[in-house]
Amino acid sequence: MGLLSDPNRRKALTNLLTRLNAPICMVCYLAAIVWFMGLAFEPFTLRTYMSENAMGSTMVEERFSSGERALSLAKEFDAHKTKAGGMPVEWLVKAMQARGLEVFTQSFSRKLPFPDENKERYMVRGTNVYGILRAPRAPRTEALVITAPCSPGNSNNQAVGLLLALAQYFRNQIFWAKDIIFLVNEHDLIGMQAWLEGYHHTNITGMEYSPLQGRAGSIQAALSLELSSDVITSLDLILEGLNGQLPNLDLANLFYAFCQKLGVLCTIQGKLQRNDWDTAEGYTHAAQTMMLMVLKQACGRSWGDHGLFLRYHIEAASIRGINGFRHYKMDVATIGRLLEGMVRKLNNLLERLHQSYFFYLLPSLSRFVSIGYYMPAFGLLAVILLLRVSFPGLMLHVCFSVSLQPSGPGVLTVLTPVVISHLTGVALYLLPVHLQEMAVEHFPVSETEAVVLTAVAIYTAGLALPHNTQRLLSGEGTEQGWKVLKLTALLYLAVLLGCTALINFSLGFVLAVTLVPITASMTPHMPKALSALAMVLLSPAFTILYCVFIYQELIEAPVSVSEGWMLFLSVISQGILDHALYGSLVYPLLALFVYPCWLMFWNILFWS
Amino acid sequence: MAAPLTLLLIVAVTIRAVLFRSSLAELISERVEVVSPLNAWKRVVEGLALLDLGVSPYSGDVFHETPLMIYLFHFTVDYAEIVFMIADGITAVALYLSIQTYNKNVFRKQKYALESDRYPADCLELLRSPKEMFYIPLKVAMFYLLNPFTILSCVAKSTCGLNNAIIALFIFCTLKGSALLSGILLALATYQSIYPLTLFAPALLFFLQRLYIPVNLRRSSFWFFTLQYAFIYVGSLVVITGLSFFLLGSWDFIPSVYGFIFSVPDLTPNIGLFWYFFAEMFEHFRLFFICVFQINVFFYTIPLSIKLKEHPVFLIFMQIAIISIFKSYPTVGDVALYMAFLPAWSHLYRFLRNIFLVSCVLLACSALFPVLWHLWIYAGSANSNFYYAITLLFNFGQILLVSDYFYAYLRREHHLIHGLYLKKKDGTEATLVLK
Repeated sequence: MGLLSDPNRRKALTNLLTRLNAPICMVCYLAAIVWFMGLAFEPFTLRTYMSENAMGSTMVEERFSSGERALSLAKEFDAHKTKAGGMPVEWLVKAMQARGLEVFTQSFSRKLPFPDENKERYMVRGTNVYGILRAPRAPRTEALVITAPCSPGNSNNQAVGLLLALAQYFRNQIFWAKDIIFLVNEHDLIGMQAWLEGYHHTNITGMEYSPLQGRAGSIQAALSLELSSDVITSLDLILEGLNGQLPNLDLANLFYAFCQKLGVLCTIQGKLQRNDWDTAEGYTHAAQTMMLMVLKQACGRSWGDHGLFLRYHIEAASIRGINGFRHYKMDVATIGRLLEGMVRKLNNLLERLHQSYFFYLLPSLSRFVSIGYYMPAFGLLAVILLLRVSFPGLMLHVCFSVSLQPSGPGVLTVLTPVVISHLTGVALYLLPVHLQEMAVEHFPVSETEAVVLTAVAIYTAGLALPHNTQRLLSGEGTEQGWKVLKLTALLYLAVLLGCTALINFSLGFVLAVTLVPITASMTPHMPKALSALAMVLLSPAFTILYCVFIYQELIEAPVSVSEGWMLFLSVISQGILDHALYGSLVYPLLALFVYPCWLMFWNILFWS
Repeated sequence: MAAPLTLLLIVAVTIRAVLFRSSLAELISERVEVVSPLNAWKRVVEGLALLDLGVSPYSGDVFHETPLMIYLFHFTVDYAEIVFMIADGITAVALYLSIQTYNKNVFRKQKYALESDRYPADCLELLRSPKEMFYIPLKVAMFYLLNPFTILSCVAKSTCGLNNAIIALFIFCTLKGSALLSGILLALATYQSIYPLTLFAPALLFFLQRLYIPVNLRRSSFWFFTLQYAFIYVGSLVVITGLSFFLLGSWDFIPSVYGFIFSVPDLTPNIGLFWYFFAEMFEHFRLFFICVFQINVFFYTIPLSIKLKEHPVFLIFMQIAIISIFKSYPTVGDVALYMAFLPAWSHLYRFLRNIFLVSCVLLACSALFPVLWHLWIYAGSANSNFYYAITLLFNFGQILLVSDYFYAYLRREHHLIHGLYLKKKDGTEATLVLK
C-alpha cells in the first residue's frame, strides 16, 4: 500500500514507466516468447506422476486374452455393416444381448446448417446402440463408458470387435463396482452429442433424438477407442476436447503407466517420446509436440469422440491405434489388457478424478507443464497492454476530461466506432449461415462455399468501414478522441484475452502473440500504408491461416499455398459447423469480440 | 431538466423490458453475483406459494424476505416486472432530486463562504461552478439506471432493487429536511435488511446541521433533537415489526430474516467475503468470526461520523458503500447504489489517485466472475479458490475506491482551508499523505 499512497514513490514509478515504456514492452514480448518456447525444454518441465490414491498403489492383474475373438467379431461386424449399408443395429443388439448386457438403442436426426463437405453429410440420421453391464458389487450410482464409433467404410471395425470381446470378458468378472456402458455411436460426434444430451436430459444444440430407455449412474470417466487395423504398432492418446478443455492429467498418467507396464509403444500428437533432451533435435521434437498440442487446443474443436464428455464434467480421452512404426507389433489382446487395466483402475475410484491438474501442456507423455509455469508467458503479453494503457501518462486525464465535458461529444466519438465495429462482428456471426440460400441463387457456388466466402467477404468489407465512421461523426477526429478509443480498445483487448486464456490458454496465447505487438504500437501518426499492411497481416483471419500452415508443417504434411488456402476455407466452415453442432465457442468469440476489437484498432489507424 | 430525465427513464425501461422478454432473463436470474439467498425471486415465489397454501412462508428455510415484502408481492405478483422497473425509476428520480437539493445547498454555502472571504486566494480553482454542477443530478440518475449492475439486478427480479428504492427515498426525505418521513423510511430500510441502521448517524448529523444545532453532548437542544429523531425511528420500527407480526400471526420471520442475515448459514458463493471464509472454518471458531465480520459494517460508523460530521451527505455515501462491501449477502445491485453517487463527487477527480487502477480492477473482475464460475461449476477444471480470488480482488477494488474518494474529499476540504499550494516550514513544496 505504501507504493499506492506515497505520492513521491508513485511519481518515481510513473516516471520510470513512462520513460522506459517502449523498451519494457519489447522486453516483455521477447520474454514471453522465450518463456513459452522454454516450456518444452525438459529440465523446466515436471515429470508426470499419479496423484489419485485410488489408482496408484492398487495394482491390478490383466488377464484379457481373447484377441482372436475380437478380430473375428470385427470381421463379422464389418460384414453386417456392409450389408446394412450403415450401422448394423439388429446384429449389434443381438451380439450385445448375447454377452449378457442390457441393450438399448437411441435414434437421432440432425439437419446441418449447411452441408459438411469434409465428411459429406447434410441430413444426418442414425442410431446409437449401447449395452449396460450392471455392477454386481455396489449400488448402481456410478458408471464408466467405453465407446467405439461406427465409422463409414471399413475403418474402426476392430474397435467395435474389441469392445464386444471386452464386454464378454467383463461380464464374467465379479469386481465391478461401477456400471460399465458399452456404446457404439454412429456419425461420430453427432451421435455422441445425441447420446450425451439424451443421457443428461439436456438439449443445447437443437438435436432431435429419442429419449434413452435405460441409463446407469453418473458417469465418472469415459474412454473412446479407435482401431482400424488388425496389427497395431503404437497407441496415440488424444486429450483435446471441445473448447480446448482437457481431462484430468491423471487419466493421461493412467494410460502412460499401463503402456509402460505392458511395454506398449505410446505417442501423443502422433509423436514418440525421445530421451535426448539435451540435443537440439530432442528439444525441437518436444517443442513440436507441445506446439501441436497448443494449436489443437486453440482451435477449440473436439479431436476425438471423447471431447464432448468433458462438457459434462466427465473425464474422457480417446485412444487411437496407429500402424506406422514397423518394428513394433502388438496384437489386439495386448490392447484389450491395457483397456482392462485402465477400466479396473477407474473402477477403483472413490470420487471423481480431481487430484491432478486440469490445466497443462504436454511436451511428451511423461512430462508436463502446469498452469503456474505457462501462465507467465501469457501474463507478460497482457502486461504490455496494461503498460500501453498507462503509457502516454495523460491517458487517465484524457479519460476524465472526456467524462467531465457536459455536452458529451467525447463519449460519442468513442461510442460510434465501438458500436459500428460490434455491429460488423454481429453481421460476421449471423449473416454467413443465414444468407447462404441467397448467395447460392446468385453465384455459382455450393452452400458450403457460399457460407465461407460470405464470411470472408464480410470480414474484408469490415476493413472499409472506418472511413464511413469518420463521416458519420461529421467532423475531424480529435487528438483526444483516438486516445480515448485506444484506451478503451486496449482495456477491452486485455480483459478479452485474459478471459480467453483462462478458459483456453492456447487460444488466448496464440491471439495475444499476433494481436499484442500491433495493437500496442498503433497510432494514427504512423505511415498509413505500411502499418495497414502490418495490421492486416496480424489480423485474426491471418492468424488462422498461419496456424493452418504451421500445423501442416508440424504434422509433417506441408502444403502448397493454394492447398493451404483451401484448408483455411475448410477450417472456417468446420469452425462454423462446430459452433452450430456442438456449441464450440471459438467462432462466436472471434466474430463477436476479437474481430470487433481488432477493428477498433484499425479505426485508430485511420483516425483523421 | 425534466425532459432529459424522462428520456432517460424511457430508455432505461425499454432496455429492461427488452431483457425481460429475452431468453437472457432466466440466465441472469440464476447468477450468484446478481441474486443472493436473501433476495432471489425464485425464493419469493416459493414463499408466496407457501403463503397461499396457508403455511408459514418461513417453514422450509427457503424464503428469507420480510413479511411486508411478501404481502406486497402477494398482490402484485402478476405485475412483478413492472414493480421492479418502477422501483428502479423511483430510486433514480429520488437520487436525482436529492443530488439536486444537495448541490443547491453546497452552492449556497460556497457563496456565503466566498462572500465572507473565508477561502484562501489560491484555491479559487477548487470552487464549483453552477455550469459544472448542472448536469450532475442527471448523471447520477444515469449512473443508476444505465449501470449494467442495476439492469442485471432488475432483470433478475432481485428484491435488492426495492431495498435500494427505500434507501434512495430515505436520502431524498432526509435532504428535503423531513425528519418524520426520514425516520420512517430509515426504519423501513432497517426492517428490510438491518444494515441501513448505520445510516442513522449521518441522517441525524444532517438534521442537526440543518437546524443549526451544534453537536455538543452538554447541550440540551442536541439531546432533545436526537431523542426526538431516535423516537421516530424506533417507534416506526416497532410499528412495522408489530404490523408484520399481525400479518403473519407469528414471530417466525425474526430468526428467518434477521437471524439469517447475522449468522450467515447459507454459504452459496457470492461477491462478498463471507462464504469462502465460513466454508473453510472450523465450526468452533464460527461465532467469534461472525462477530468479527459483522462488526466491520457497524464499526466504521463511529470514526467516520467524527471525521465527517460536517459532511453528512458524503458520510451517507461512505456508509452505503461500506454496507455493500461488508454485508453478509452482497449482490451487484448493492454496488450499483453507491456507484450512482460517484458523479456527485466528480469535482474530486483531481485528487483521486488510484481511480484508473480501481476501474480496471472492477472491470476485469466483472468479466472474470462468470468465466471463473464457468470453470469451477461447469468445466470442473478450476475450483472455489479461483472464484474467491476474484471476489477478493473485487472487494479490494471497492475498498480502494471508497478510501480513495474519502482521501480526496478530505484533501479538498484541507485545501479549502489551508490553500492549494502547501509549503513546508522550510519553504519547499509539501505533499499530503493519508495516514
